[in-house]
Amino acid sequence: MKYVDEFRDGDTARALAKVIHAEVNPERDYRLMEFCGGHTHAIFRFGIVDLMPKNIHFIHGPGCPVCVLPAGRIEAAIRLVEEQDVILCTYADLMRVPAGKRDSLQKAKARGADIRMIYSSSDALALARDNPEKQVVFFAIGFETTTPPTAAAIKIAQAEGLGNFSVFCNHVETPPAMMTILTSGDAKIDGILGPSHVSTIIGSRAYAECCDKYHVPLVIAGFEPLDVIQSVLMLVRQINAGQAVVENQYTRAVSETGNEKAKALMNDVFEQRALFEWRGLGVLPDSAVQIRSQFSDFDAEKRFAMPEIATADIKGCICPAVLRGMNNPDECKLFGTACTPEDPKGACMVSSEGACAAYYSYGRYKAAEART
Amino acid sequence: MSKLDIKNGVIEMGHGSGGRTSASLIDELFVRHFNNALLDQGNDQAAFSVPAGRMVISTDGHVITPLFFPGGDIGSLSVHGTVNDVAMSGAKPLYLSASFILEEGFPLAELERIVISMAKASKDADVPVVTGDTKVVERGKGDGVFITTTGIGIVPDGINISGDRAEPDDVIIVSGSIGDHGIAILSSREGLQFATTIESDSAALHGLVADMVAVAPDIRCLRDPTRGGLATTLNELARQSKVGMRIQETAIPIKAEVKGACELLGLDPLYIANEGKLVCIVPTKDTEQLLAVMQKHPLGQAAAIIGTVCEDAQHMVIMETAFGGNRVVDWLAGEQLPRIC
Amino acid sequence: MCLAVPARVIELSGDTAIVDLDGIRKETSTLLLDEVAVGDYVLIHVGYALERIDPLEAAKILALFAELRAQDAES
Repeated sequence: MKYVDEFRDGDTARALAKVIHAEVNPERDYRLMEFCGGHTHAIFRFGIVDLMPKNIHFIHGPGCPVCVLPAGRIEAAIRLVEEQDVILCTYADLMRVPAGKRDSLQKAKARGADIRMIYSSSDALALARDNPEKQVVFFAIGFETTTPPTAAAIKIAQAEGLGNFSVFCNHVETPPAMMTILTSGDAKIDGILGPSHVSTIIGSRAYAECCDKYHVPLVIAGFEPLDVIQSVLMLVRQINAGQAVVENQYTRAVSETGNEKAKALMNDVFEQRALFEWRGLGVLPDSAVQIRSQFSDFDAEKRFAMPEIATADIKGCICPAVLRGMNNPDECKLFGTACTPEDPKGACMVSSEGACAAYYSYGRYKAAEART
Repeated sequence: MSKLDIKNGVIEMGHGSGGRTSASLIDELFVRHFNNALLDQGNDQAAFSVPAGRMVISTDGHVITPLFFPGGDIGSLSVHGTVNDVAMSGAKPLYLSASFILEEGFPLAELERIVISMAKASKDADVPVVTGDTKVVERGKGDGVFITTTGIGIVPDGINISGDRAEPDDVIIVSGSIGDHGIAILSSREGLQFATTIESDSAALHGLVADMVAVAPDIRCLRDPTRGGLATTLNELARQSKVGMRIQETAIPIKAEVKGACELLGLDPLYIANEGKLVCIVPTKDTEQLLAVMQKHPLGQAAAIIGTVCEDAQHMVIMETAFGGNRVVDWLAGEQLPRIC
Repeated sequence: MCLAVPARVIELSGDTAIVDLDGIRKETSTLLLDEVAVGDYVLIHVGYALERIDPLEAAKILALFAELRAQDAES
């Protein structure tokens, strides 16, 4: 696969790792937060931790839109599809996320709710066209990578007069979440590996405030393992030099200003939402978007008067702390016993890029290694 | 008896009631296409003598959607699946039974297509369908058609293949590329439509198994990695045998298109179903010979050694990645779903 | 958090493109891009092309990697 395989070359990985080993200061720790869940997944899938010096620590960030979606929003969607005659379209990622009271979209589907797994917002539009007598609701989640496709879908729906299509909008924004993590200071972060594909949309300039305000270096890292390792090296160098600027490792896809057309489309359709609850981070101002009034016809929250539902986390679940980078998954009392990938209690264990799910497999290997 | 209108007709409740309409269906579709002496006798059972050895029996229910997919259909799949399950014991499969649960309204033309395909698979494998049953459920209570096949076979004495027999230092071999079937199915599911030349690898493996057992009677384990893929099968065998496994990612055969589809959908090929492949665990001494014999067989041309068995109290399957790191290949938790994150 | 894969544009038609990923063909929306040409590599995410991959920048990094490997081999 072009532009994929070349960035997964083992020899280069080892060569890069050697340089990192040579350049780290053995007297200190390097706490690097990989913000994006996709990077968490890559780090474990490719065994990157094995190649790094022991004083580099990866702190897993909240860049997993599945993990930060409050259970109450899923609960609201379940109620909608069960109480009203709608077809609910969702990305498959959400199906098994616990919604509180041990419920989930998957369980609701098993009970007979018309929930369809889709790959793209275009599929939701197609369902709306094919089922004119039914209401079709698209459960939209994601950071800025996924927001423009939702915006495009809403505009298409408006142009076509697709009166039975609406969107339950849960799109969130990356820089505010980063600021929150950095403000709290609990995670003691020395450097940030910035998200790959969010950055293709918002551009490298979007992170300047984070770096300046909190004096933390940020390197926008590509999606493949060599990108991640090279970005680690770039962060180590900045940290050693006392620098704190935004660097772009993913130059083949990220520019300073990002994708202007996508940003304009987002801006057309969405506006800032004053407050939005993030699982684990609490209610944050100006951290999420909502559908503008001129497109309110396609806003499911308005069309169906969807209620705000507060759902408490399961007792003992420390997903919030894990999402903030304050604790590791294995510090959770439920980890590996009550909470496993087969029977997840929190979102961090369900999502394949959640820190807990990654730790569950990887951690068992490390523990086995330690025994031999 | 009135003739079936196969071209335009559909399954009606009467087809399951046991009367004349049922008889028409059975005669004109099933008996006609399965076409063997035992079935032709028209009894509710088939009686036959068996050669010496231990008898093996296996059963499988097939509920797949879509019913027709690139490289096969529910009919051929139901034959191959059960023939393979019997063959994984080292047995020669002898006979199959087939039970059909048909949904009211299901087009007879499609049913005939399925039965023809099943009959062909059965004939090619030389394992006849000698008895069967049909029932009809009301519209809405079945997904078109469900098929359950049961197979019997005979294991010759001296062959002892079982999932709990793997031992440290044994070699792990896979008979060919992984993930083909699952990707072929996904490509024809709605909502994930992508065009591919990948076809299901659905095939009867008993011929390959016979060749393998002939040259390496000490084979410890055989299993076909169906639901849950290669990873699930390896974990099952590791647990049954109370051992660990160490495999190399670079050694696992996988087609470029399957890799591409997995990248696109965020799926791990290790967990994707196969219907014409087997995993074999064999003592080191037999490896070379076995591999040579497998690679000579049309269904084993891409056979490859993928790793070894080791001591491991945690029964873990660990893979050395192409990258050079290590990762745990764990049990699958729930169904593997495409992801966007 | 966002799974996006590079795929090659092999056909264009209005706001959609057919992209190829090692033999897998998929229809993708080009609504988020101004200019796309057949032969371009684009990042695909949830059925949309997000951005073109800049072959020059990619070549630069790959050259850097090649140099690193050479240096590593020497030492």
